[in-house]
Amino acid sequence: MKKLSARRRHPLAAFVVLLLALAATGGLYTAFAPADKAQAEETAQSLAIEEGKKLYAVGCSSCHGTGGQGSSDGPSLVGVGSAAVDFQVGTGRMPLQQPGAQAPRKKVIYTQAEIDQMAAYIASLGAGPTTPTAKQYSPEGADIANGGTLFRNNCAQCHNFTGEGGALTNGKYAPDLTDVSPKHIYEAMQTGPQNMPSFPDTVLPEQEKKDVVAYLQTVNSDKSENPGGLKLGGIGPVAEGLFAWIFGLGTLIAVAIWVAARTAKAKKS
Amino acid sequence: MSSQENSEENLPTKQDSAHGAVAVADNPFADPGLPPHEARQQDLDDRTAKRSERTVALLFTVSMLATIGFIACFVIFPIEKIVYIWPIGKVSALNFSLGLTLAVALFCIGAGAVHWARTLMSDVEIADDRHPISAEPEVKAKVLNDFKQGAEDSVLGRRKLIRNTMFGALAMVPLSGIVLLRDLGPLPEDKLRHTLWGKGKALVNMNTGEPLRPEDIAVGSLTFAKPEGLEEHDHGFMNEIAKAALMIVRLQPEDIKDKRELDWSHEGIVAFSKICTHVGCPISLYEQQTHHALCPCHQSTFDLSDGARVIFGPAGHALPQLHIGVNDEGYLEALGDFDEPVGPAFWERG
Repeated sequence: MKKLSARRRHPLAAFVVLLLALAATGGLYTAFAPADKAQAEETAQSLAIEEGKKLYAVGCSSCHGTGGQGSSDGPSLVGVGSAAVDFQVGTGRMPLQQPGAQAPRKKVIYTQAEIDQMAAYIASLGAGPTTPTAKQYSPEGADIANGGTLFRNNCAQCHNFTGEGGALTNGKYAPDLTDVSPKHIYEAMQTGPQNMPSFPDTVLPEQEKKDVVAYLQTVNSDKSENPGGLKLGGIGPVAEGLFAWIFGLGTLIAVAIWVAARTAKAKKS
Repeated sequence: MSSQENSEENLPTKQDSAHGAVAVADNPFADPGLPPHEARQQDLDDRTAKRSERTVALLFTVSMLATIGFIACFVIFPIEKIVYIWPIGKVSALNFSLGLTLAVALFCIGAGAVHWARTLMSDVEIADDRHPISAEPEVKAKVLNDFKQGAEDSVLGRRKLIRNTMFGALAMVPLSGIVLLRDLGPLPEDKLRHTLWGKGKALVNMNTGEPLRPEDIAVGSLTFAKPEGLEEHDHGFMNEIAKAALMIVRLQPEDIKDKRELDWSHEGIVAFSKICTHVGCPISLYEQQTHHALCPCHQSTFDLSDGARVIFGPAGHALPQLHIGVNDEGYLEALGDFDEPVGPAFWERG
């Protein structure tokens, strides 16, 4: 008894009790939640819209207006669709850190669940491109060669032949597509974020978008193979030539200097 | 004449015949001569020389082995085999091994030769005096005399007719070479002024190969089109698309500032030549918010909401616009060819 009572007064006891209580609450919730599933499904959409509206009011409304109507600081979001929200917030571009030439990709501050709720709210304001499903953007069943042709026709002028990105006017730029997830590439084509033109399904059908995504996955991801060896940034022959001139010729000159600087004489001077 | 008087002083003092006897004379600018030759360890010690010989031989042997390795790699590795090599990444095993073995083979030949030259070849300094290169006066006089005699013997000075016709013949001969240049190709005639576009030609989507409808093209989207009937495997496709390439964007009609651009558009859909008017790069870096199209070659920037006016860069004139409309079946069609030559300016463009 003595030992037990001593333990009861242990300073960590309160935390243990709290943890148990939390676990019990969570367990009970998961145990009872399925009972409400049928009802939840019916109201899930409206609930997501409600939640999304709250998140929107806190995080977005100062620029995009209280009802998504836009203001002098941000464009209207009526009709941009859930895909635009999933892209902009899912890549960290929104919420905007500061005004400038272009919203850069940065750390994502919302969870995917929160992004989905905001997307549901924005989608409820007006019809627009919807967030693609995994089946739409997965590279399975894609024609990679055709994707390459389409990429060079439609995208390479700004994003470079293998999606390394490039400069535009007045500080704007086409971002590097190296680590961009297939979903976000698909959404960017659908919605045309910021100054990028959009490529709606009417001019670039779903299957062709899939081909483009598959092409990028093949040439510009950590899985991509590079038979020629070092890519040197993949920005073209000028960069490669400059590398050869500076480092190739530089090494030769350094070796020549080293050879000539070392005397072969027996008596070192 | 003072320079001649001083000439004796300006000459270097007579060089001491023995190498290394540095003359520390009154003249601080005297030629010190060559420093004494210093021997290398290899010259003094035969064992060191032998070691150098073995090093050179080893380098040459490594080169031989690398060449054998090159041939072996060529035989062993299939062309599609990919391996991961830090820090390069996933590379073709064949490319990598061939490059590596060839580099070793060539490097070892070079390194062996350098080591050989530095340690074993004779390194005794040799001085070779410079000699005057002008000919003797008698020889000069004889040559000039011979030339004069030859010119006289040829009677060129007296027979003016021969001289003049010879000059004429020599001057005319190069003309045949110039005439041959005409065979470089057919004259362009009016090819630079016309494209495949014409009245009633439907605008075909480059991506799908289907004719475009106005409702396909959303505001802010970018589409590329080719004229109906032009297929990628057609003979001369490249020549034709190089002139006919078209970019189609849709603006809000109220955003279009240029009157003619608005007249030639259809519900805000405008079609411009994709060929830059500076030196003909394909220009389609379109910014959908500013409506600017940027040329990647020399940064010429065109405002597609204002008649594709040049707002920056070296381009000389606006992008030609294609007058478009809708045909009976609801497809977009051209209402004529471009009214001016597309692409860069040329002399006769006017």
